[in-house]
Amino acid sequence: MKRVTYILLLLMLGYALPGHAAEEKEGTLNVSEVIFEHLGDAYEWHIASNLTIPLPCILYSSEAGWNVFMSDRLEDGKAYCGYHIDAKSGKIVDQAGVRPFDISITKNVMELFIVCFILCSVVLGLAAWYRRNGYKKAPGGFVGMMEAVIGFIDQDVSKANIGHGYERFTPYLATVFLFILTCNLLGLIPVWPGGANLTGNIAVTMTLAICSWVAINFFAPKSYFKSIFWPDVPTFLKAPLPIMPAIECIGVFTKPFSLTIRLFANIFAGHTIILALTCIIFVTWQTSAFVGAPMTVVSVLFCIFMNCLELLVAFVQAYVFTLLTASFIGLAHNE
Amino acid sequence: MSLLTPDPGLLFWMFLSFAIVFGLLYKFGFPVIIDSINKRKQFIEQSLLSARQANEKLAGIQAEGQQLLLDAKQQQQQILADALAEKQKIIAAAQQEATDEARRIVKEATQSIENAKQEALTDVHNEVAGLALYIAEQVIREKMKDDKEQQKAVERILNEI
Repeated sequence: MKRVTYILLLLMLGYALPGHAAEEKEGTLNVSEVIFEHLGDAYEWHIASNLTIPLPCILYSSEAGWNVFMSDRLEDGKAYCGYHIDAKSGKIVDQAGVRPFDISITKNVMELFIVCFILCSVVLGLAAWYRRNGYKKAPGGFVGMMEAVIGFIDQDVSKANIGHGYERFTPYLATVFLFILTCNLLGLIPVWPGGANLTGNIAVTMTLAICSWVAINFFAPKSYFKSIFWPDVPTFLKAPLPIMPAIECIGVFTKPFSLTIRLFANIFAGHTIILALTCIIFVTWQTSAFVGAPMTVVSVLFCIFMNCLELLVAFVQAYVFTLLTASFIGLAHNE
Repeated sequence: MSLLTPDPGLLFWMFLSFAIVFGLLYKFGFPVIIDSINKRKQFIEQSLLSARQANEKLAGIQAEGQQLLLDAKQQQQQILADALAEKQKIIAAAQQEATDEARRIVKEATQSIENAKQEALTDVHNEVAGLALYIAEQVIREKMKDDKEQQKAVERILNEI
């Protein structure tokens, strides 16, 4: 609902302000542009109407060296230090159109910091509670809820899938689960500090998948590598042509790839659908009020439904990513 | 498609911050929490076990107490019964003794009566005999004064004796 009212407000004001990115010159709504603007990254954090938080840009190129400035200097296509935002890609480029080394604190990076802060304060706060109260006191409220979640990851995900020696993987699995869950839930909140599409960004899911890949492969016993390079199949399948080892090797890399794409696609798709449903209101109002009014009701109802579904997806995807990582680790250890 | 090509800047920050967060939580967060959860689980299991043991012990003690009570009751009854029997025995013995005593006394009395009787009889016998002898002597003395024949008879009797 918040997302709906937020976008409604945003787009209404978008009409009032000429030259807004979401609006074409003729005054017709470009739906895909609106959607991709909301799903993608940005150098500033657009909160509502003309309230925008500028974020620091950190750029490096061999000619210009390091450049650090706030993003409001590049507003509306202005150039600063020889850099401007390319209208087509939405990225900072120099005069020749070449991308510098860009580690700017973008909207997604800011959101990432917020998620990290929430995660650290919650988990370290929890740890402090246990240090303070000892194990004999039963927690209630939020601590109790978090204990149930962490206990679930420890027992039903980590122990159930990995088995012997699961203890050293639990912290990673719990971190990944809580990280993805926090990102997903914050992504569903349309207003600050949520709203950025973090787990629907391939860089984030790829990083998580690479970490999982490290967890799967770097701690595996010798039998795992033997099963990859010299699997238990008839000899003609592995020598002279290493057919099975090749397939196994591909399998090693498809696992993190599937993790990357699954999380990314699920969250991305959910956000796209919600945004598209919201856009129905504006598209139909452009034709006529007789179509627009009933379609607004339909759109709001669908948006409520989709938001509920996304809430479920937020949990399910965090769980699935953690569960698959745990089961891949378990497979590597028990093969 | 810019959507499917990861942005290097975000990738860099994501790696950095995820590594830091994971490091922090790995070192200071989760071990404490999971350790506490496991410890509490063990504590609860132990508490349940000891509670069950205490219950069992209590039940045992109760049963023991009941048994003790029952035993005491039985013993009491036994003692009562014994005392009753003892009492009867004592009474019977006393009666017996009394009877015996009475009989003995009666017997003794009878005996002494008999003795006295015998003694009296003997005395009477002796008296009578003495008397008879005296009378006979007197008679004989009277007769012997003049009668040779009687002398002869006495001699004959003496001879016969």
